[in-house]
Amino acid sequence: MAQQLKWQLGTVVEIRQETPKVKSLILDVPDWTTHLAGQHIDVRLTAEDGYQAQRSYSIASPPEDKYLMLTVERIEEGEVSPYLTDELRVGDRIELRGPIGGYFVWNPRDRKNEGSPLFLVAGGSGIAPLMAMIRHRTNSQNKVPTKLLYSSRSYDEVIFREELDRISANDSSLRVIHTLTRRQPQNWMSYERRIDRAMLAETTWQPAEKPIAFTCGPTALVETVANHLLELGYKPECIKTERFGPTGG
Amino acid sequence: MKDNDLRLDGNAAGGLLNEIFPFEMTAAEATCGGCGTMRPIGELILYRHGMGATLRCAGCDTALIRITHIRGCYRLDLSGMSCLRIAEDIH
Repeated sequence: MAQQLKWQLGTVVEIRQETPKVKSLILDVPDWTTHLAGQHIDVRLTAEDGYQAQRSYSIASPPEDKYLMLTVERIEEGEVSPYLTDELRVGDRIELRGPIGGYFVWNPRDRKNEGSPLFLVAGGSGIAPLMAMIRHRTNSQNKVPTKLLYSSRSYDEVIFREELDRISANDSSLRVIHTLTRRQPQNWMSYERRIDRAMLAETTWQPAEKPIAFTCGPTALVETVANHLLELGYKPECIKTERFGPTGG
Repeated sequence: MKDNDLRLDGNAAGGLLNEIFPFEMTAAEATCGGCGTMRPIGELILYRHGMGATLRCAGCDTALIRITHIRGCYRLDLSGMSCLRIAEDIH
């Protein structure tokens, strides 16, 4: 039975600089129960005059981790993300509530998902909830065939690049495909444009394999992916979307 | 910034809806009173504003759920929705 969520305090135990604009906050939340891969939390900041700003952030850590990881992109002129990425220090506490969400979640124990290959499509920091799924899949030694198509602006802006390289090198059932939309290193062998229909057709599973797609990123990317996957034969209920505008900050 | 960029989706309304409903609401299925399409709330288009939020149909733009929260009072206008199906326990 579901219940009302309460605001609680999380303490920052570590801050990792993932890319020039993105940091991961590792939080100790004493009363945290557990979450499902793909769920998010709400973060609430209160100014001295009582003004409050609230945003949703996906959880990037898998359910089995002791601490919660939020991966936050600094949005220029954002209300919340500049505070989280610039001001927050180890030992600080932030107000949060969660876990939230039952739609954009991958629960391998759910019979509906059993054996369905995963097609994960991320844009930028939209990797966060998909990373929770990939980490959970790895930790639970789930071998469901999985492909991640990940769009970043440049090589240096690929969040979790080394971890993704490491996990996929050790797991033949996980394939990571990058596209770099603005700048590519010399000898770059993969895609170098925004995700389009042709790229999706080349990388996705065949509809007959009954795949489930999760796509998270900026609104335009998510809508492009969802529309093209429908045209390529995916069932609407097998395409799960999570959009964030640049307002997310 | 284009209007498109201001759109979030119903996933981000999960916390707000949980203030009102004792269930996980992003997986609840809402039938649009405008076009009849049934979608999980997570797939609706969310517009947040200072006093609350509006959730619109991703197909025809009908406002399915309007929520304001002001002076300790929630006000819900659900007139754009013909049916709301809520599972007690989704997992």
